[in-house]
Amino acid sequence: MYSDKVMDHFQHPRNVGEIENASGTGTVGNAKCGDIMRIYLDIDENQIIRDVKFKTFGCGAAVATSSMATELVKGKSVQEAMQVTNKAVMEALDGLPPVKVHCSLLAEEAIHAALWDYAQKNNIQIEGLDKPKSDIGEGEEEEEY
Amino acid sequence: MSEEKRLIYLDNAATTKTNPKVVEAMLPYFTEFYGNPSSVYEFSGISKKAVTDARETIATSIGAKTQEIYFTAGGSEADNWALKATAEAYSQKGRHIITSKIEHHAILHTCEYLEKQGYEVTYLDVDENGVVKLDELKKAIRPDTILISIMFANNEIGTIEPIREIGEIAKEHGILFHTDAVQAYGHVPINVDELHIDMMSASGHKINGPKGIGFLYIRTGVKIRSFVHGGAQERKRRAGTENVPGIVGLGKAAELAAANMEERAKKEQELRDYLIERVLAQVPYTRVNGHRTNRLPNNCNFAFQFIEGESLLIMLDMAGICGSSGSACTSGSLDPSHVLLAIGLPHEIAHGSLRLTLSEENTIEEMDYVAGEIKRIVERLRSMSPLYEDFVKHGAKK
Repeated sequence: MYSDKVMDHFQHPRNVGEIENASGTGTVGNAKCGDIMRIYLDIDENQIIRDVKFKTFGCGAAVATSSMATELVKGKSVQEAMQVTNKAVMEALDGLPPVKVHCSLLAEEAIHAALWDYAQKNNIQIEGLDKPKSDIGEGEEEEEY
Repeated sequence: MSEEKRLIYLDNAATTKTNPKVVEAMLPYFTEFYGNPSSVYEFSGISKKAVTDARETIATSIGAKTQEIYFTAGGSEADNWALKATAEAYSQKGRHIITSKIEHHAILHTCEYLEKQGYEVTYLDVDENGVVKLDELKKAIRPDTILISIMFANNEIGTIEPIREIGEIAKEHGILFHTDAVQAYGHVPINVDELHIDMMSASGHKINGPKGIGFLYIRTGVKIRSFVHGGAQERKRRAGTENVPGIVGLGKAAELAAANMEERAKKEQELRDYLIERVLAQVPYTRVNGHRTNRLPNNCNFAFQFIEGESLLIMLDMAGICGSSGSACTSGSLDPSHVLLAIGLPHEIAHGSLRLTLSEENTIEEMDYVAGEIKRIVERLRSMSPLYEDFVKHGAKK
């Protein structure tokens, strides 16, 4: 059901882990739906993403899209990272089954959420970046159930 | 797949391997005795006898009369028939049906359909082990209740329901009792009289029989409409030329299942308890879903906190292990299994469920391997999980 690329990124996910004192972190998704992605960005003074790590709770597609998204933004400028859309992630993975398209959206949102966090911390504006809508705060996902 | 890949099949609740003896019994009815059982000549009499013999074997296996067994194309059809045709036949008496929240979709979606037709359905809660609450059942009964349909054993968590008690309650109130015994038939002893069952659905491919064949037991005297109109097959209640090879296969599978039920259940139960014990001992933050003792002999159902089921299934598959999960990602919807939610699991834990259903062909050595692989994979997925990271950093939230 998954492409070879998806399976490769699922089996050998790139950039799994955490970054201490990250320039920006973003967590999106919710446990109710079964997908949570967290992205850590290390951004230097020239606004270049020097390092990126992720952690994901979710299905094979969720892991693979997180992995691919981190690959696509690594070494890029903040502006270039803004061009990493869910479509770009999907194409890079040779497509996803229709029911899994939302995973690629989540990957895009996770990158944006981490960039937003970075922008907030440094009091800067990133062109085209709005406040992420689905960033979940600590413990916020609990009460609803 | 050139080199021989290890395959450990632990999804026997989904389907089972057709027993070679069953295949052997079926084969002559394809090319040799292909006559239509309804025909007059002697040649077709062989097919007719084969169908009659199978019906008798099955009837005997549940303490029923031969004419009370109706062949169907499987469990889902039997469930649909039992519900829709009874609802129609008894609509003069009332339009209220009682079932449970943990039924198979063949029951739940049929109930939803009946609700659209103007019937009212009460979906009973279950306790944390998945056992239907009998006091709620009694309270739900109304003068216009025409049918109680409660599954014999749950397909996901393996819990066996208090069928005798439910049957007694139904009988006391003069209400028909149907049970979906697709997971239980051939695995645990069933006697329809002792348990006061009026209708019962079962399927061939869950008991090492062929796919596409099952039966509905209908107690004599139960008014039920025809499900398929046409010829006079199945006492005019389910028309269509009989699936003779399928019926023969089902009969053979039923015979074999009944013959070694006790021995097989004992072996499966030992494997089951061994695997559960090993997994619980090796993997922290794990729970077993379903009743610990009153469960199908071959059913293991775990919930691993902080991880998601589909990822787990794919990695188990890479290790040659076939299982299933109640995670949303495996169902195509965003909600995890209705059964796991009904027993009170929060969504995020239900997403991390794993069902392994064994067979007598499995070995202790395989269980060791499976437990080891589960430990390795769960650790790996947890190391990637933001939920686990939060848990380690901040401790449990509750």
